[in-house]
Amino acid sequence: MLDRRELARAVLSERGDLLCVAGLGAPAWDITAVGDTPQNLPLWGGMGGAAMIGLGLALAQPSRPVLVITGDGEMLMGIGSLATIAVQAPPNLSILVQDNEHYGETGGQETATRHGVDLVAMAKGAGIRDARLITTMDQVAPFRAAAHARAGLVFAVAKIDAASKPLVLPPREGALLQARMREAILGPAAHLE
Amino acid sequence: MEDWPETIFALLRKYDVKQVALVPDAGHSRLIRMCLADNAMRVVTLTTEEEGIGMMLGAWLGGQRSVLLMQSSGVGNCINMLSLATLHRTPMPMLVTMRGDYGEFNPAQVPMGQATQPVLEAMGTLVNRADKTEDVGAAVEATLKFAYNTYRPTATLIGQRIIGAKTFGKD
Ligand SMILES: Cc1ncc(C[n+]2csc(CCOP(=O)(O)OP(=O)(O)O)c2C)c(N)n1
Ligand SMILES: [Mg+2]
Repeated sequence: MLDRRELARAVLSERGDLLCVAGLGAPAWDITAVGDTPQNLPLWGGMGGAAMIGLGLALAQPSRPVLVITGDGEMLMGIGSLATIAVQAPPNLSILVQDNEHYGETGGQETATRHGVDLVAMAKGAGIRDARLITTMDQVAPFRAAAHARAGLVFAVAKIDAASKPLVLPPREGALLQARMREAILGPAAHLE
Repeated sequence: MEDWPETIFALLRKYDVKQVALVPDAGHSRLIRMCLADNAMRVVTLTTEEEGIGMMLGAWLGGQRSVLLMQSSGVGNCINMLSLATLHRTPMPMLVTMRGDYGEFNPAQVPMGQATQPVLEAMGTLVNRADKTEDVGAAVEATLKFAYNTYRPTATLIGQRIIGAKTFGKD
């Protein structure tokens, strides 16, 4: 069982121009705990949509690595998007599910992964060839390297401790979150589009 | 005069739309074929329409324009996800072919068809309608401009009078 904050720190270390979309709730707090930056889009809503935001962004910015970090509950809600994404297979997109087998944000109710639903198998079944299970910290560096390599769509499920962590909240203003990432990617001209 | 799907396709090119998200509808089939044949457009077939809302946010974050094509029943699948457009102020134009609208044969299409416009408007979408072929171009252009110039969800509903009702051979 990995510690979710340690995992986020390791995955986002030396991140260069990596863009990160985080699913609502704890994954958004985790990437913010590592360090809030314009290259982060922490979500406050849109449950089930994180991976698809990553797809649109990865298709628009093929020269940059795009990483989606999200929860098992969030990924299950948008599970069909694995099929959509597998077909497009942008080589610069990676998805990391922080699987605590619970809906942590809403009080710790069990998710389907608690009962044996296998997200790695579902991703493989969708056609994502590089779909991995991460259960130890030494598997994190190779995943991080793959996310930066832009050499193929990568999906990973990391089994994490279900304990919740202190809240580290990013800005709540969605227009700011969008505009700052656009500026980080496109420069000040982004605001004149 | 060109047909309305050609008119829409020309507008998607004029406005430099790079990502086209869709769940197929028979009414959109000609437009979809033209988009697929265009190397400058990335066509993404979704498993459910709400995926297209997330994708349009991602596209805009990365500096590309996108559009979502769907039939009216798909609008119901998008409701909560449309929060993202309002929250982030994201251009999200939607081109919706109507069912359950005018001369419908299939009872299952009527509840969502009749709710399509109120539901979109309840989620902050600016909606216009085209019920005559000659109105499609102006309506779709307004929807694209409104989205990209004023950063919000917008929709054109293409009425069943234009598309024709599917009657399963029971005319
Ligand atoms: C459409 C929708 N349904 C339900 C919720 C309530 N909700 C917010 S976070 C969350 C749980 C997320 O669980 P998971 O993605 O596994 O993240 P965790 O907190 O476990 O890390 C739920 C159910 C919501 N925000 N939106
Ligand atoms: Mg969880």
